[in-house]
Amino acid sequence: MLPRFWRKIKYRYDLVGTKCKNCGNSYYPPRNLCPVCRRKSDIAEMKFSGRGEVISYSVVHEAPEDLKAQKPYVVALIKLEEGPVITSQLVCDPENVRTGMRVKKAFRKYGEEGEAGIIYYGTKFVPDE
Amino acid sequence: MRRVAVIGVGQSKFGELWDSSFRDIVLSAGVEALEDAGLEGKELEAMYIGNMSGGRYLGQEHIAALIADYAGLAELNIPSTRVEAADASGGLALRQACMAVASGMHDIVIAAGAEKVTDVGSKAMEILASATDREWEVFTGATLASLYAMIARLHMREFGTKPEDLAMVSVKNHKNATLNPKAQFRREISLEVALNSPYVAEPLRLFDCAPLSDGAAAVILASEDIAKKYTDTPVYISACSQASDYIALHSRKDLLTMQAVVHAARQAYEQAGIEAKDVGVAEVHDSFTIAEILAYEDLGFAKKGEGAELIREGVTCLDGEIPVNPSGGLKACGHAVGATGIRQAVEITLQLRGEAGKRQVDAENGLALNVGGTGATATVTIFTR
Repeated sequence: MLPRFWRKIKYRYDLVGTKCKNCGNSYYPPRNLCPVCRRKSDIAEMKFSGRGEVISYSVVHEAPEDLKAQKPYVVALIKLEEGPVITSQLVCDPENVRTGMRVKKAFRKYGEEGEAGIIYYGTKFVPDE
Repeated sequence: MRRVAVIGVGQSKFGELWDSSFRDIVLSAGVEALEDAGLEGKELEAMYIGNMSGGRYLGQEHIAALIADYAGLAELNIPSTRVEAADASGGLALRQACMAVASGMHDIVIAAGAEKVTDVGSKAMEILASATDREWEVFTGATLASLYAMIARLHMREFGTKPEDLAMVSVKNHKNATLNPKAQFRREISLEVALNSPYVAEPLRLFDCAPLSDGAAAVILASEDIAKKYTDTPVYISACSQASDYIALHSRKDLLTMQAVVHAARQAYEQAGIEAKDVGVAEVHDSFTIAEILAYEDLGFAKKGEGAELIREGVTCLDGEIPVNPSGGLKACGHAVGATGIRQAVEITLQLRGEAGKRQVDAENGLALNVGGTGATATVTIFTR
């Protein structure tokens, strides 16, 4: 699983997505083809500011095996200020989350592959208000 | 295109079938379908199988040949094809079989769906989660339930849908399942029990979530002229449509509309020459209670945002105007992943034949909606007497 993770590190760690210079739409996660322009796509990488707003969220109580120790945790749909909506964990007391809350990106650990395996890092979000 | 008829249906019991292997389960459904159609087996010209993840649930790929073999068809060497679209795999198998007969390629074919999930224990849900985006949804800790939960929260905020409305879907489906001998959960539940069950992913609780089940179902399809030789009560498939959408929920412009369902439904209604109001009975994909509310809206039974009114007013109850999930649905009949789409076809066929026993409703046209993941694939099939 190492190469699968490693090859997307830049996009996961730094919130690098893409923008289509033909239509102006931006995408995170990154896309190699724009779903509006298709073959006329003119894709370039773009770094997102990491600021956004919670548009919906869930507090997860039934978690996958690897994440059982962290439950309950919050996953959210976050609308970035540049437009795209992304799915991310929100580092926040479940009691304090609300729709419309302003949030910003934070570099955090997501999990690890056993004791000898790699540690997964990525972008989570924290309250920004 | 030729007219396609269902001439035989079969279904295993759904549930935790500890005594039965994958092969046992598939065969029980297949043999029941053959008996129902009055076929010996050699009449079958092709086989289509919906199965989501034999590889991860069983460590077994090459499911199509395996099933043909254990169904006693190895000596006939017929083409057998597995198709996959997560929990819409059954719907896809039905559509492939339909196209094979409609096109004139084959006269009699079998479409089956099967899944054995209990052998992997608690990993079953994680495997189903691969129906969503592994890299950008599942990686973050999002479960299938949590994605539907975020839809539910948004629906509540935008349209005033309440936890009680969702619970009523579950109560209805459990009640219907008491009348279905093949169903997994055959006990009524009260609104209080549903509303006080533990959270799985807020705001969804245990009784908002369908179980994961072992099970299989099979339907035998034939061209209209051939069907008349085998049955006096053919049920015709007047449309079978399929559509796709962004794999991840976050990529969709409108999080409260499953565009795949809207598109598949529009095509199906047009092809069948009917409208939503002409549907007399429906089996929809209630993997989570909010999904049934969305289905009411995206299939055109209610306007967007007004889905909850149908459950509040009893429109979709067994004795309502459009009974939905008379079988008990995924929630109470059980959700055997790749088998679900075919299981729905079995129920609608029994309903239109008048063979649904105590859960029988009166309908000319029936509809089945099978959804993959959070809606990246949908199939809509319309049946008529």
